Amino acid sequence: MEISVIIVVVIVTALAFDFTNGFHDTANAVATSIATGALKPRTAVLIAGVLNLVGAFLSVQVAKTISSGLVDDAKITPTVIFAGLVAAIVWNLLTWLVGLPSSSSHALIGGLIGATWVAAGADAIKFAGLVGKVLLPAVLAPIIAGLIALIATHLAYRITARGAQRTVTKGFKLGQIVSASMVALAHGTNDAQKTMGIITLTLITAGALPADAGPPFWVILSSGLAIALGTYAGGWRIIQTLGMRVSAIETPQGFAAGTSTATVILTSSHLGFPLSTTQVATGSIFGAAAARGAGTVRWGIGGQVAFAWLLTLPAAAAFGAVAAAMAATGPVGTIIVALVLVGVAGGIYGASRRHPVTADNVNDLPARSPQVDLAA
Amino acid sequence: MTINWGALGVVAAVSLVVGMLVVVLVSLALVGLSARETHPPGEPAHEAPVITRTGSGLSPAAGTVMAAVCLFGAATIVVYGLYLLAF
Repeated sequence: MEISVIIVVVIVTALAFDFTNGFHDTANAVATSIATGALKPRTAVLIAGVLNLVGAFLSVQVAKTISSGLVDDAKITPTVIFAGLVAAIVWNLLTWLVGLPSSSSHALIGGLIGATWVAAGADAIKFAGLVGKVLLPAVLAPIIAGLIALIATHLAYRITARGAQRTVTKGFKLGQIVSASMVALAHGTNDAQKTMGIITLTLITAGALPADAGPPFWVILSSGLAIALGTYAGGWRIIQTLGMRVSAIETPQGFAAGTSTATVILTSSHLGFPLSTTQVATGSIFGAAAARGAGTVRWGIGGQVAFAWLLTLPAAAAFGAVAAAMAATGPVGTIIVALVLVGVAGGIYGASRRHPVTADNVNDLPARSPQVDLAA
Repeated sequence: MTINWGALGVVAAVSLVVGMLVVVLVSLALVGLSARETHPPGEPAHEAPVITRTGSGLSPAAGTVMAAVCLFGAATIVVYGLYLLAF
């Protein structure tokens, strides 16, 4: 089977999505470590990037779910997948601009479903797989992670109350580095696979791979590299939101949150559930923050995050539907969609430069947050 | 529509047990290591009173042993989890 231009375009777009997935989700692993000073910002994103790459090679269970469990691959084309990816990238960039930790996974799944619905009808969507393997775990996972982090934080404070403060703080900082590394590994294991799944699905729809194929090695490698580079780029705006704006995180909280996030994601990856790493990590941070008292948590930020979560699937689906309708008109339509994506991405990047958040000011807590003001 | 509640339950139960166990083990290890700290931070050792037991009630030797055992336990859990994931 010859690889056509559209296949190449889809693969490049998928890797671009993977890159945005990386910098959008860097915060999941490193936000609390940076906030407590356990790791310097640049060191944190370097460690996270390398471990994302390593994690990409650990498992392909989630990739198989994405490539075979959500839409009927016999009824869609690479153009439909392209439209879904464009929608996911746009949503990722918009939420990054406003500093909200929304789910890249839901953006991807939403975009894919919206595009499929327009191009092939509702029959092409496997709603049972969507509810059972995506929506339900997505609702339960942050709640479970939050509860684990809440209880674990409470235990950590209680057990170490009679310890020497200096030793406890230093020890938890080291623990945070380990737990952040595990979360980065888990992120690579879970999220890099989603891009692997999309590329594999594309190759299956093009007839380049059999219907039940897993991702080839070059797909695993390129997906791992893209997400690692994205992670290293550092999504500082979201790191600032999770590390500084939710609560004043202390080292026991950071360690408990990281441990909770890593265990939930690694367990779910092992069983093939494509969980949202972002939702798990955010749930853990809120749970750990609440363990010191509900009054220490800025619940307004939680409300904005929850609103973004609710909006992600339908918004990405709507973007995907519009992109698919345009791309379905032919090659010119597909080119227009690609140009719109480039224009929107450039515009969002330009807007982000007006209030830049970088490694140098990520731990500053502005009186008014430009990114959250935009979200309100 | 079939929802695999069993697998979801396994994710929740394993995550809960493992996550809490790791945090508890590390916390206990830090309490054990605290027993080795015999004078307040910043105060020269020769000016500090000799302390053989800390707030945890452990001697430095017992604290060190407890810390080693707990950290070994936590590390074993992490390595076993990675092994299950990779193989």
